[in-house]
Amino acid sequence: MRVGLFIPCYVDQFYPNAGIATYQLLRKLGVDVTYPTGQTCCGQPMANSGFEHLTKDCNNLFIDNFAEFDYIVSPSGSCTLHIKDHLHSEEAEEKATGIRHKIYELVEFLVDILKVKDLHARFPHKVGLHQSCHGQRGLFLTQMTELVAPYFSKPQQLLSQVEGLELIALSREDECCGFGGTFCVVEEAVSVKMGKDRVKDHLTHGAEYITGADMSCLMHMEGILKRENSGVKVLHIAEILNAE
Amino acid sequence: MDGATQTHPELSEIFNKDEERVDWHDETLWWIRQKRDKSAHSIPEWEQLRETASQIKNNVLSDLSAYLVSFEEKALANGIIVHWAADAAEHNRIVHGILKENGIQQMVKSKSMLTEECHLNEYLEQQGLDVIDSDLGERIVQLAKEPPSHIVLPCIHKKKEEIGDLFHIHLGVPAGTSDPQILTETARQHLRETFLTRRAALTGVNFAIAETGEFVVCTNEGNADMGAHLADVHIASMGIEKIIPERRHLGVFLRLLTRSATGQPITTYSSHFKKPRPGQQMHIVIVDNGRTIQMGREDFRNSLKCIRCGACMNTCPVYRRSGGHSYHNAISGPIGAILAPNLDMKKYADLPFASTLCGSCSNVCPVKIDIHQQLYKWRQVIVKEGYADSTKKIGMQLMTFTLSSPAVYRTAGKAGRWFLKHVPFAVNNKFNPWYKQRDMPEAPAESFGEWYKKNVKKS
Repeated sequence: MRVGLFIPCYVDQFYPNAGIATYQLLRKLGVDVTYPTGQTCCGQPMANSGFEHLTKDCNNLFIDNFAEFDYIVSPSGSCTLHIKDHLHSEEAEEKATGIRHKIYELVEFLVDILKVKDLHARFPHKVGLHQSCHGQRGLFLTQMTELVAPYFSKPQQLLSQVEGLELIALSREDECCGFGGTFCVVEEAVSVKMGKDRVKDHLTHGAEYITGADMSCLMHMEGILKRENSGVKVLHIAEILNAE
Repeated sequence: MDGATQTHPELSEIFNKDEERVDWHDETLWWIRQKRDKSAHSIPEWEQLRETASQIKNNVLSDLSAYLVSFEEKALANGIIVHWAADAAEHNRIVHGILKENGIQQMVKSKSMLTEECHLNEYLEQQGLDVIDSDLGERIVQLAKEPPSHIVLPCIHKKKEEIGDLFHIHLGVPAGTSDPQILTETARQHLRETFLTRRAALTGVNFAIAETGEFVVCTNEGNADMGAHLADVHIASMGIEKIIPERRHLGVFLRLLTRSATGQPITTYSSHFKKPRPGQQMHIVIVDNGRTIQMGREDFRNSLKCIRCGACMNTCPVYRRSGGHSYHNAISGPIGAILAPNLDMKKYADLPFASTLCGSCSNVCPVKIDIHQQLYKWRQVIVKEGYADSTKKIGMQLMTFTLSSPAVYRTAGKAGRWFLKHVPFAVNNKFNPWYKQRDMPEAPAESFGEWYKKNVKKS
């Protein structure tokens, strides 16, 4: 099984540790993982802003980098969902279709493909889990509170394998944090208010760390935490699953 | 309120100046969302019910003209007078015409979002006619000279103290009254007089049954019935999409409607109107007003399945923190944001962007409209039609250029980090909307790509 590692642009630039943890974790689990160095971005920032028609070159670049792998794994629910839903190519539609079917967000790859049961990780802290919307409602990583359906949660399944980790309960377990891509600057007032409310939910329930499968949501919440001079930190779920 | 000059981000920023009020608004609507959840979870076959409702509505939309003709035929046979209005202006003229013909100057109106969409009240007022809204929430916003901020809870943005102030000015309660019991009793007495003296009553239509030519009006206050039963002339306004094929389908929708809206099992009154009582006139005005255009848009046609429960508003984290008026449209919230651009793409170009695409709206929708997918699709249409602002366009082109080339991306990435590390004031200033209320991420020593090259690739 050859796995191509897709590290979203902002993770590459601002949160390399999330990428490093993802890589190390996959290696630890015996995966033959490669990071194609010609990659840049999934094209979502443009597409969600209404400029999907400008993503042609971006899409083809993605295909060039990843078409050869058996699986593509990425530590981001949002970017993975974008590829799954919107990757097309006039020149190589067959390859695009292949990629749409073989790309996995890290958590779902660990649970559904590798079927990880024992992680050997240790993180003795109180942790709040942020359910990022695209991972949850788009990739179904966790059952959604709106639906009348049996509960499950893939990130929780993995976090429960981490020794010493105490997962805190939240008042609103799957409310959006307000990042929303360019929404965070276009709709600054609402975006910040949503972020403040989400952070507050974690703080009032005693979180020492906020984690999740999407660094973008965490970056937004981190910006608010820092501005409020809070000691609470954000960590990508890969960093916790890789902690020893 | 004129929305022509102010956009959703601008109006939301104003709304967010009073954070305590935002918290109150958010909590109030979240409480309703929780009631909806509780109610939905008490029905084991809830998801099947949603699917059934969705399929019935899909069927209606696929053969709407035949259903409408059947409805008209049955309604006419029942003694109802049927009118067709191509747009809002024609709807308003028809209603005015009916009133004029009967020499009526005053009308009582129960809840109808269609008449809000058509701006009927303003039109009739300009003609010198007097309209009183009989739904309590609608009456309150009417007294405040505001549009409703929510399709089910029109005055959800008002606190009881503010309603007391309005009733003090208009209905004579003592200053400082805020007891809900006193306020509702005052409204009740005021409306009782209205019901008894009005000769015409206008109601909305929740469901129009093609099989029988009858229509069903759902209210909690019984105000539609009070108006219609006492008036000589009953006018019912309905959008073309209100059709359901058969009476037996009604149960599916009645079970979903209020559970989704407020968590109640059913509206207090679900009244069937089939024919005028002796001596009464019953009119139905069937309105298109852009709906057939929306039907022609393949990506957006199923927005017409909407039964106006408002669940998408209650669950929307943006709506709860921006208020209904920030959508500057009769129908606010996520559903308003996918319906409005159909009517005026330029005026409502901001609305599909007033969302994080979190998807909660689609999950609570009782007829399974893929609201968040349509928000995404409207963004593409709006940009293609040239309604995106030009700075955004240049930014996006630059971003595309950078992200389409690994070489350019690496250089820009370095520059970005260098920028963050060495010239923080250049980014951390008040012109950067991120930095206004959030800190920037710290610049790491190296990117993942650089780490990989150093630590993995060479080994």
